[in-house]
Amino acid sequence: MKTEAPTRPTVGRLMWQQFRYQNKIFWRTPIAAFFTMVFPLMLLILFTAIFGNDVIEGLGVTTAQFFTPALAVFAAVSASYTSLAIGTAIARDNGILKRVRGTPIPPWLYITGRVASAVYLAFVAVVLMMAIGIVFYGVQLFPRTLPAALLTFLVGVGCFSALGLFVAAVSPNGEATPAITNATLLPVAFISDIFFPVQDPPRWMELAGDFFPLKPFAQSFRDAFDPTLAGSQFHWPQLAYLTLWGVVAAILAIRLFKWEPSAGSGSRRSRRRGKSGLETV
Amino acid sequence: MPAIEVKGLIKHYGDVAAVDGVDLTVEAGEVFALLGPNGAGKTTTVEILEGHRAADRGEVSVLGFDPSTGGRAYRERIGIVLQEGSVERELSIREALAVYGAMYPSRLLVDEVITMVGLEEKADARVKTLSGGQQRRLELALGLIGDPDLIFLDEPTTGFDPSARRQAWGILESLTALGKTILLTTHYMEEARRLADRIAIIDHGRIVAEGTPATLGGRDGGAVIRFSLPAGSTPEDLPLAGAKVNGSTVEVEAASPTRALHDLTSWAVQKGIELDHLEVDRPSLEDVYLELTRED
Repeated sequence: MKTEAPTRPTVGRLMWQQFRYQNKIFWRTPIAAFFTMVFPLMLLILFTAIFGNDVIEGLGVTTAQFFTPALAVFAAVSASYTSLAIGTAIARDNGILKRVRGTPIPPWLYITGRVASAVYLAFVAVVLMMAIGIVFYGVQLFPRTLPAALLTFLVGVGCFSALGLFVAAVSPNGEATPAITNATLLPVAFISDIFFPVQDPPRWMELAGDFFPLKPFAQSFRDAFDPTLAGSQFHWPQLAYLTLWGVVAAILAIRLFKWEPSAGSGSRRSRRRGKSGLETV
Repeated sequence: MPAIEVKGLIKHYGDVAAVDGVDLTVEAGEVFALLGPNGAGKTTTVEILEGHRAADRGEVSVLGFDPSTGGRAYRERIGIVLQEGSVERELSIREALAVYGAMYPSRLLVDEVITMVGLEEKADARVKTLSGGQQRRLELALGLIGDPDLIFLDEPTTGFDPSARRQAWGILESLTALGKTILLTTHYMEEARRLADRIAIIDHGRIVAEGTPATLGGRDGGAVIRFSLPAGSTPEDLPLAGAKVNGSTVEVEAASPTRALHDLTSWAVQKGIELDHLEVDRPSLEDVYLELTRED
């Protein structure tokens, strides 16, 4: 029996493997790839077609200049929060997490590999969105704000990855998870100036928008592409607030995370349970 | 040093004792079957040995490790074939074996493992396109890829139809020929008999019998002699003590079958009687199993 030289794989190598394979799995899951990469682009095309790409009154920027970064944030959140939550919950239902737990890979490393893949895919989604905006809709970039845009992206996506893992931790199964992520993300997106700029919103809506992490993320990111604003556009209070959300979500996710499928979750399990039940009669 | 040593293992779920004082010793290189009905405590025991669960009480040593604290170093030396395992459906067989294999310091070559489980033709097929039997073979391959010293096979053929089970046994037999220590759980007697060097029967969380397939539950002791009661004879005529008559069939448990048979056949020859349906039988593994796991 031939074996390769017995050396323990390094952390870097294990991480690279996980990262690569999680990416592969993403691109081979058409529904995830569609909702993360294509769906936000469709919104951009629709919004600019509906509203026209003129300067929006009261904002001083074009429709595309406003929506492209906002929808880029939406795509990034879809790649981190939504995809990570659903992918992890389904992996648990299918017994993949349990299998992983029985292998030598350190659990934190496996989860980090998943998160690294989510951050990378979010980055691809954002670059794609911004590139389409620049090429087709005349969206402007400002070199002086790019560091702030990048940092905001990383902090925001880190925060929403932690939230995605938190949802995966508390969700009963993979079937319920898309409902949970959509029911949380979509209403919050509406009050966070993602789909349209709410002008003079009711007080409660403004407070609710400020409470959830999506608005600080979108606002900070969008301001980096606002031609009417000067300076480097680092929004430190917002970044700190996102970090706080992320840290709390990560702590809760770690405490509540389960590696084994809950009883009866997943269609494959229940099918087999019925089968073996018959056999013992 | 034995590969697995368990003493006084206890695990409760609420008020229910899933494992209620199990002692086990599995020697290195041995194929050991834990045989028992559903809910007997097989899976709980194995999951404690795998490090998936912590025991409430008892001593557990596997390959010199305490599985609950053995962590990475322990998991590098075991292979787990899950009762209902699963792999990422979007990966191909080759990719799945590569990514899981990469986690182990010493690993078998992907192509070799694929050949061992007979999946050469499907090597580049996505996992989601595999049949149930092919997925189980992939599970086996994943249990082997890290070149483990000890393999856990938890109910490897549960849910199979009889022909798929026979096919799976063929593969498992080639696995047992590798000389690795294997702990197998099953509720199929035939499976334990075919694959295992030693069998322990577990019921209600306790080991109720242990031995080789040939000796389990005193099977090597006596024999059962059966024949049809000859016309015109009564049980009292027979030269055997303790004969039980069941309809027209006489059944005798004999501690020394040679002697008993000699007495019986001499008597029959002398009387000029032909003993119809004469047979000598040892209690089958099934008899022993059913007797030991009977619900009182």
